[in-house]
Amino acid sequence: MGKYILKRIGTALLTLLIITFLLFLLVRIMPGNPFPSERMSDDMIANKRAEMGLDDPILTQFANYMRKLLFHGDFGNGTSLYYGVPINTVLSTCISNSFRIGGLAILIGTLLGLALGITAALHRGKFLDGFCTVLSIIGVCVPSYVFLIFLQYYFSFRIPFFPYFFDQKRFLFSSVIPSLSLSLFTLSTIARFTRNEMVEVMDSDYVRLAEAKGLYGGSLIRRHVFRNALIPIVTVLAPLIVDLLTGALVVEKIYGINGIGKLMVDAITGEGIDYNYVLALGILYSALYIGIMLLLDILYGILDPRIRVQGKAGDA
Amino acid sequence: MEARMNTKPEAYTPQPGDFEFLSNRDITTDKNYSSLSYWKGVAIHFFQDRKAVIGLIIIVAIILLSVFGPMINEYGYRDIVSFRNANNRKVVAKGIGPRIPALHEMLTGAPYDDDFADRTFLFGTDDLGRDLWTRTWYGARVSLIIAFVTIFIDMLIGMSYGLISGYFGGPVDQIMQRFVEIANSVPRLVIVSVLAIFMAKGMGLVIVALLLTEWIGMSKIARAEMLKTKEQEYVLASRTLGARNGHIIFSQILPNTIGPIITQVMFSIPTAIFTEAFLSFVGVGIALPQCSVGTLIEDGFNNITTLPYQILPPIIVLALLMLGFNFIGDGLREALAPKLEDM
Repeated sequence: MGKYILKRIGTALLTLLIITFLLFLLVRIMPGNPFPSERMSDDMIANKRAEMGLDDPILTQFANYMRKLLFHGDFGNGTSLYYGVPINTVLSTCISNSFRIGGLAILIGTLLGLALGITAALHRGKFLDGFCTVLSIIGVCVPSYVFLIFLQYYFSFRIPFFPYFFDQKRFLFSSVIPSLSLSLFTLSTIARFTRNEMVEVMDSDYVRLAEAKGLYGGSLIRRHVFRNALIPIVTVLAPLIVDLLTGALVVEKIYGINGIGKLMVDAITGEGIDYNYVLALGILYSALYIGIMLLLDILYGILDPRIRVQGKAGDA
Repeated sequence: MEARMNTKPEAYTPQPGDFEFLSNRDITTDKNYSSLSYWKGVAIHFFQDRKAVIGLIIIVAIILLSVFGPMINEYGYRDIVSFRNANNRKVVAKGIGPRIPALHEMLTGAPYDDDFADRTFLFGTDDLGRDLWTRTWYGARVSLIIAFVTIFIDMLIGMSYGLISGYFGGPVDQIMQRFVEIANSVPRLVIVSVLAIFMAKGMGLVIVALLLTEWIGMSKIARAEMLKTKEQEYVLASRTLGARNGHIIFSQILPNTIGPIITQVMFSIPTAIFTEAFLSFVGVGIALPQCSVGTLIEDGFNNITTLPYQILPPIIVLALLMLGFNFIGDGLREALAPKLEDM
């Protein structure tokens, strides 16, 4: 198990390094330059370039960048006028906002999804089961920002109960609408998946055996059904968590939340954000993505003893 | 033997009436338990699945509407509906709610009393006065075309990549799979954000972004299928007969692995539509005056406080597309690999 984890961590770090380098390279060879050339003379630009180390060979620049990033956790400064402040100050607020709202959404989605899925599986073919199916279909088919638009329209505009835009001072209160709308996709996927897994496990031979041995009710569900149904659920959770980071994009943009998703949208649309931010965000997103995948892979290995023995075959 | 040879002179000479042609229907061997061709079996399984059929109906209906829907009224997708009223003043049909004059008259007993009393707007008009029925189906058409085209190209790329990687194995597979691993670790958004700097906004950006990300899933499926198939006897037979690698991969193995790949395609199309909607919503996708489902949702969102009905048609179309393709995908997956208990 230890060897397996070490190998996975090693691969993940190497992949991240390669991605970082590629991103760095792409950002450096991008067309245009960060200076408002009509306002600055050639000498001024040359000075500024030298000051920022833009004339060094690309590998030196990369080494400098990585040294700063790894030892000081410093993403450097933005280069443009508007975003010319240290990236870290901007990022820290954004990350904390995004993570709190995303975390809340994951919490709501997973807990409610599990509860709903288990209830549906225990009442197979009854009303709750049908309700779970319909809800999971809606949740998968409609993007989270559409839910946000509806919630915002009905509960902030028609009935002005919740704030129409995000308010940093009333954090918990104003994160109800975005967290709820973000959690719906997670909720529906987890509910559907839990239900199907539970049903499958409940029909399996070993549960029938356990029943034959006289186990029933809560302990049967808890110890035999749920534990085994949980393993595949962990696998769907990984992309869901990653999706929450991505799904948060439009939600943050619409609801005016100052988060990394909104920064990312600004980076994509090119609204006054500069290349260093694109680079920092790219590294951050990749690190998060790879990190979460790695974490859940290891968790999966702990939950499912078969993997510990075999290691993971190929890239599956 | 001797005896038969001797009887030869007296052998019977066949007369014209002795033989008759077999008709086609006499040739079948077993009528009650005739074996089905693979795809016929798949089709039967597929059409027995109620959800899959519903999905198919939804998708066919949306495709038909997106082709013929804009034709049933005279408004173009970029035309602002305007005309001269009774006082000979030019009026623009801005922000008209959904209306069918005949139905309104039937329900309330009186016609509409504004300038557009005799006009039908099934989905209403937007804040500029464009007919939303036309725009919705035109947008659905654009979204569907983007999704189909990109996913088709992705399928070709991913399939070839996965099949080649799996077929040759060894160092080729190692290198190709390391590349996939890295490509798969780059979040889609990072790719999009970097692309957005290099490329102009518009349809091209959406297509390239989808091309860069969606092939990976296909290649994984294709590789797994290849690993399952390549040890089978018919491959060995083909190789023994001297077939080249290219022939074995694309003419012999590909037809036998196409099922799971098509299933993956069905699940990729909704992803493509979703991504397109997201990018267009954010504003880097389809450019004005063209429209797609994503830009229509964005328009609806911008006017939600004044014209709340405007956002509904594109959202419903988007949801139905997701639903339909997911149902078809589920149905295909089950039909291609039926579980024992279903048979």
